[in-house]
Amino acid sequence: MYALSIENLTKTYNNGFQALKGIDLDVEEGDFFALLGANGAGKSTTIGIISSLINKTSGNVSIFGHDIIKENKKAKSNLGIVPQEINFNQFETVENILLIYAGYFGISRKEAKRRAEKALKQMHLWDKRDTVSRRLSGGMKRRVMIARALIPQPRLLILDEPTAGVDIEIRRSMWEMMEEVNKEGTAIILTTHYLEEAENLCRNIAIIHEGMIVEHSDMATLLSYININHFILDLDKPLQRPPEIPGYQFELASEKVLTVGIPKKNTLNQLFEQLSTYNIQVKSLKNKSNRLEQLFMDIVQ
Amino acid sequence: MNTLIALYTITHKEIRRFLRIWPQTLLPPAITTSLYFLIFGRLIGDRVGAINGVSYMDYIVPGIILMSVISHAYSNVAASFYSTKFQHHIEEILVSPVPNWVILVGYLSGGILRGLMVGGVVALISLFFTQIQIYDLTIILVTAFFTATLFALAGFINAVFANSFDDIALIPNFILTPLNYLGGVFYSVSMLPEIWQHISRANPVLYMINSFRYGFLGISDIAVELALGRIFGFIILLTLICLSLLEKGIGIRD
Repeated sequence: MYALSIENLTKTYNNGFQALKGIDLDVEEGDFFALLGANGAGKSTTIGIISSLINKTSGNVSIFGHDIIKENKKAKSNLGIVPQEINFNQFETVENILLIYAGYFGISRKEAKRRAEKALKQMHLWDKRDTVSRRLSGGMKRRVMIARALIPQPRLLILDEPTAGVDIEIRRSMWEMMEEVNKEGTAIILTTHYLEEAENLCRNIAIIHEGMIVEHSDMATLLSYININHFILDLDKPLQRPPEIPGYQFELASEKVLTVGIPKKNTLNQLFEQLSTYNIQVKSLKNKSNRLEQLFMDIVQ
Repeated sequence: MNTLIALYTITHKEIRRFLRIWPQTLLPPAITTSLYFLIFGRLIGDRVGAINGVSYMDYIVPGIILMSVISHAYSNVAASFYSTKFQHHIEEILVSPVPNWVILVGYLSGGILRGLMVGGVVALISLFFTQIQIYDLTIILVTAFFTATLFALAGFINAVFANSFDDIALIPNFILTPLNYLGGVFYSVSMLPEIWQHISRANPVLYMINSFRYGFLGISDIAVELALGRIFGFIILLTLICLSLLEKGIGIRD
C-alpha cells in the first residue's frame, strides 16, 4: 500500500489559473521523498490538497488507501503537516500548542502530555515548553511546528520547506531529526529549495514544473542522468585564456579561477594529467553546483 | 478518534479565550447598560410613564439584557473565528479529523456562554435601578439560550465570509444595531402605526425580545409559542447553512 497515492489531480483556481494539470504520484510506505519545483510550480497547491486546506478540482488523493474526501477522518489521522508559514497561535505556550493540537485528534490529555514531552525533547524544545511561542526565534517556531505534526504519530509526514531561513546548525539538527523520524517508519515528503538537502536525505524524488510532474524516479537513477560534472579550479598562476583540451569544457571565470565540465567517463586524474602538460597547477577544487541542482535546472528549463 | 475530546478542546479554548480577557469582554456591557438604565430608565422613563401597565424602567430591562446577549454572542464568534482564519490557526483544525459539527458547536459554545454571562452581568446591574420580577423562568432561560445560539450562528456566518476585520464590524453596525433598536427594546410595537407594526413583525429580534419580556413581566406583543417557534426555526436554518459552508470549505479553503 502506498503512503500517498495521487491520480490525475487537477486544480484550477477561481481566477482561472491552472495550478495542477493532472498529477500522478505515488509515495511508498516508509519512504523519504523529495517533491521539488520552482516557486509557483504547484508544490504548495499539491500539499494544500493533500492536507484538505485546498479543494481539488478533479482527481483522487488517498493516504494509506483512504480517500481524502470519502474517508477524510481516516486519511487525516495518518497525516502530519509542517507548513511553510507559522500557523499556530502565537499567544499560546509551546506545550499548550501541542496539547490543543492533540485534542483535535481526540488524544486524551494524559497521552497528549506524554507525546508532547517526547516531541519537544526530540526537537530540543523541552526547556521552552512554558514559553509563549511568539517569543521564540524563527528556527524554534519551525521546530514547534514539526513537534506539533508528530503529536498524532502520523505515518505520513509532509514538510513544506522546513529549513527555509534557518541557520546551518539548526538545519543540520533538523536533518538528523527527519532521518530519525523516517527510521521509525514514518514516510516523509520533503519540499525544499536546498537541493543538497534533498540529495542527501531523500531516496525518491519528483520534480513538478508548471503544474505537471516532469520527473519521478529514485534519486540514484536521476543522478545517473548527469553526464557532465562541473568543477571550479583555483589556480596557482594566472591564465590569459582557457586551455583547449579535447573532451573538456573550460571557462575562465577570472585570471586564477577556471571552471571545467568533465564528462562522466573521464576521471579527475586524467584531467590533472592534461592540465600538467599545459603547466597549469591546481591549488584546490570544488563542485560548481550541487549535482541535483544542475539536473533540476536542466529538467525545468 | 474521540470526538468528545475534540469538542472539549475547541469549547475549552473558546471559553478560555474570552475569560482571559474579561475586562474587554465582560466589563464594558456593565458600563454601557448602566448608562441605558440611567438615561432611558430614570431620566426619560419617568416622563414616559407606564407601558402595558408596567413602569418604563421595568419594561425596558428585559430588552436591554437581551440586546447585550445578542451583540456579545454574535461578536464573540465572529471575532474569534475570523481571527482564527486571519492568523491561519484554522489550518490546525482543518488538517485534523475533527467533524464539522464539532467545529461549529465548539465555536458557538464560546459565543453562547459569553452572551449568557454578559446577560447575567447586565441583569445584576439592573438590580441597582429596579427590582426584577420573574414571571416564567423557563421562558427566560430558553429565550436567552435560543437567542444566544441564533446570533452565535449568525456571527459564525459573518466570520466565514469576512475578508477583513472591517467586515466583522460592518454587520453589527449596519444590521444588528438597527434590528435591536427597532425590535421593541424601548417601546411596544402596539404603539406604532399599523403599517409599521406589520413591518416590525419581519424583524426576528422582535420575537426574541417579546418572548424574553414575557418571561419577566408576563406581557408580550406576540404569542410566546409563535416567538419561540420562529427563533427555533431560524436556528435550524442557520445551523444547516453553517454546516454546508464548512462542508464546502467556503471562506476557509482555497
